[in-house]
Amino acid sequence: MPAYNTIAFHADRCDMCGACMTACAQAKSASDSPRRARIEVLADGAGSFGLAMCRQCADPECVQCCPAAALRKDAETGIVEWDHDRCVNCLLCTVACSYAGISLDEAVGHVVKCDHCGGDPACVRACKTGALEYLTTARIYNEVGALEDLFVPGLAGCQGCNTELLMRHTLRRVGPNTVLAAPPGCVPGMGAVGYNGMTGTKVPVFHPLLTNTAPMLAGIKRFYKRKGREVTALALAGDGGAADVGFQSLSGAAERGEEMLFLVIDNEGYMNTGMQRSSCTPYGAWTTTTPVGRESPGKSQDAKNLPLLMVGHRCAYVATASAAFMTDFYAKLDHALEASRHGFAYLHVYSPCTTGWRFPSRQNIEVARKAVESNFVMLWEYSPEAGLRLTHPIDDPAPVKEYLEAVGKYRHLTPGQIAHIEHHIADNVAAIKRQATAPL
Amino acid sequence: MRKTEAAKVMGMERADYLIAGAGHAALAAMHAIRLVDAGGSLTVVGRDRQLPYSPTVLPYVVSGRSDPKRVFLRDEAYFACARTAYRRGHAIVRIELASRIAELDDGSRIEFGKLLLSSGARPVIPPVTGLQAVPYHVLRTLDDALRLRAELPRTRHAIVLGAGLIGMHAAENLSKGGARVTIIEVQGQILPGYFDADAAAIIARAFEHDGRVTIQTGTRAVSAEAGAQGGVVLHLQDGPPVSGDLLLIGAGVAPAIDFLAGSQIRCDRGILVDASMRTSVEGVWAAGDVAQAASFYEARPVLNGILPDAVEQGRIAGMDMAGDAALQGYRGAVPLNTYSYFGRHAVSVGSGCAPPGAEIVVRGDADAERYLKVIFDQGRLHGIFAINTPLDAGVMWQLVRRRTDLTSLRARFLAQPREVGRALMSRLWR
Repeated sequence: MPAYNTIAFHADRCDMCGACMTACAQAKSASDSPRRARIEVLADGAGSFGLAMCRQCADPECVQCCPAAALRKDAETGIVEWDHDRCVNCLLCTVACSYAGISLDEAVGHVVKCDHCGGDPACVRACKTGALEYLTTARIYNEVGALEDLFVPGLAGCQGCNTELLMRHTLRRVGPNTVLAAPPGCVPGMGAVGYNGMTGTKVPVFHPLLTNTAPMLAGIKRFYKRKGREVTALALAGDGGAADVGFQSLSGAAERGEEMLFLVIDNEGYMNTGMQRSSCTPYGAWTTTTPVGRESPGKSQDAKNLPLLMVGHRCAYVATASAAFMTDFYAKLDHALEASRHGFAYLHVYSPCTTGWRFPSRQNIEVARKAVESNFVMLWEYSPEAGLRLTHPIDDPAPVKEYLEAVGKYRHLTPGQIAHIEHHIADNVAAIKRQATAPL
Repeated sequence: MRKTEAAKVMGMERADYLIAGAGHAALAAMHAIRLVDAGGSLTVVGRDRQLPYSPTVLPYVVSGRSDPKRVFLRDEAYFACARTAYRRGHAIVRIELASRIAELDDGSRIEFGKLLLSSGARPVIPPVTGLQAVPYHVLRTLDDALRLRAELPRTRHAIVLGAGLIGMHAAENLSKGGARVTIIEVQGQILPGYFDADAAAIIARAFEHDGRVTIQTGTRAVSAEAGAQGGVVLHLQDGPPVSGDLLLIGAGVAPAIDFLAGSQIRCDRGILVDASMRTSVEGVWAAGDVAQAASFYEARPVLNGILPDAVEQGRIAGMDMAGDAALQGYRGAVPLNTYSYFGRHAVSVGSGCAPPGAEIVVRGDADAERYLKVIFDQGRLHGIFAINTPLDAGVMWQLVRRRTDLTSLRARFLAQPREVGRALMSRLWR
């Protein structure tokens, strides 16, 4: 059974302008009257907004209660389809639905309901505030779900770790025609390289040093190219290797425009070897090498903005992503893969670490989401042709305190340290936005 | 286990789940069972030789609105996909509870693990002297509908006995087809039990508008005799006799439970069930028109021949039979009706019997044929009855069931039941 697209409603972004209803009435009823729309935004009487429209239920009550077989759930699209020729106008569907999702349009004398406009909903197009969103995340499940998982079952990550999700999805999407480099870090640590002479992948994989991941991969890619074979050269690296001792060779490969996809899973430190700080560890964070006590208040330097440094190399493609925003991640993976055919593609994924950051294992995706929604990290993509573009702009960021409070490694922060972090975020947002609006 | 093996040896069919009937309750139960138990063997026995269809669609088959070939709720592929044996054109005639064997009308026997009785209802034929000697129609099966449809073109004057939904739908179709129609109803108004006298009067006016329909309420047919040219003459308790060339009996339905006579399964007017649709006998459930279940309003269990209620009862029975942990018990029958006539729409949700101290508000506009009656019981919605007034019946049903306090919203609710209902929905059960 496939997954389905859906229309999401973010009540907090709605200003009740009514554009969605007008657009729907125009598209579906050739009328400007919002009463003829199949979507109704309404004040719920408690200070927020609600939506009356068909939810395309998984197990629709209206279908079971239709005596005329005029309603059916389309197994391919997920839409609850209404058949005018079979409908007898008995209105029993309006009794069955608790959500006012199907109702009588008196002007035409029969029931009407939302059908997603065949995949391009007029209401979503008309919504200027982003309150209505057409979610096509189902594509990931439907398309990628059919691709082969190229890692062995049972990778040994920590409980609640998102990296297995990122690794499996990435290799699935990149495909079997790949050579994978996994330098020291959590990726080989959880079994990607393999054990006892067996690899942990169904593609060729090797374990370079922290310092030479990019050049080794570049050499392999060039070798295959000379042999006349097109392969994807993929690195799954950590932030420590990429930003610290590996940076010189990464910078060199990027500068030469080596054709590869270099993906960094940034968990803000050397989490695999005992939670030491890296140059990607943020200011104030506790690590085992930036302890918290009488002498030390956690890390005393700000993190290096590695993806921004890669923009400075004018790579074929640079983007940041988050484990909490998989649709965004997938779009960027597609772009990066494409760019790696002709140049250096760099993808930087912010990846909270349950073990090293000290938060409950069930909170991983929530922590990742809070980082994005507070602008602690920002989601953007860059190419020399299109410049830098925010892919998930946060206009009204949540207070960074909410993010810091969710993560144990910031538990000790003083108001002064928090002020420092807030200042750093403001600087960073300004720098990214400058880049985003800068002429090419 | 031993029983199954014994059944195999004897070559007897065996079903972990046996469902009597193939209507809405039966199909909902089957669906619910298959959601949690993909493997258990399942047999559905349907009285009709056709694929499953709804009695509710039949008036539209008569009128020609529905193509009789396209009214089926499921096809054979659905049953095959759900790995369900669908025995069409058969009825269970006897149940041996001790040995858990159901006997079919063709003599075959099915050993069952769990049994759902959802075989529906059949028309009530009122005690009218001489009725059995004259031709008459009922409308409960597709065959009935096709027979009645074939009669329409040559009908000049029809008599409809009973002003319930079946009778009123048929009367509308007959009059649209050019026939004169006389409706005879024993109670003092049309659609008794569905709408109150005021609403019924508004609906009756739409019928009497073109002069072809005559409605006689508050009288009963006492005897029937053959009239000229194959027609029928009905003698009434009051007034002159009525003659016509077609007689349709729409005097209601009653649970089809005669095959349970003498069994230990406790019955009153229907099969008595608890909140999980279990009958008094372990391993036997009942749902839909045959079941007499708890009322939302009164202590005594009721028959509630309402399609959405049949679906709910069927689902509950199926979930309980399959041991679905998500089962929530039945919350009691709420009368629910929708009725479309001559392009107008009437909806009723809840009980029209106002309890002592209830507040009854009626808003009407006779010329516009708009009508709204709301009964509040201690500030909660007890019942709502509307003609040509837009409201979401499903939302109203929830407000009744949830006993949502509308005290502070009373005036706004009366002015805009649809808008206030939707706002409450957004707040309370999104």
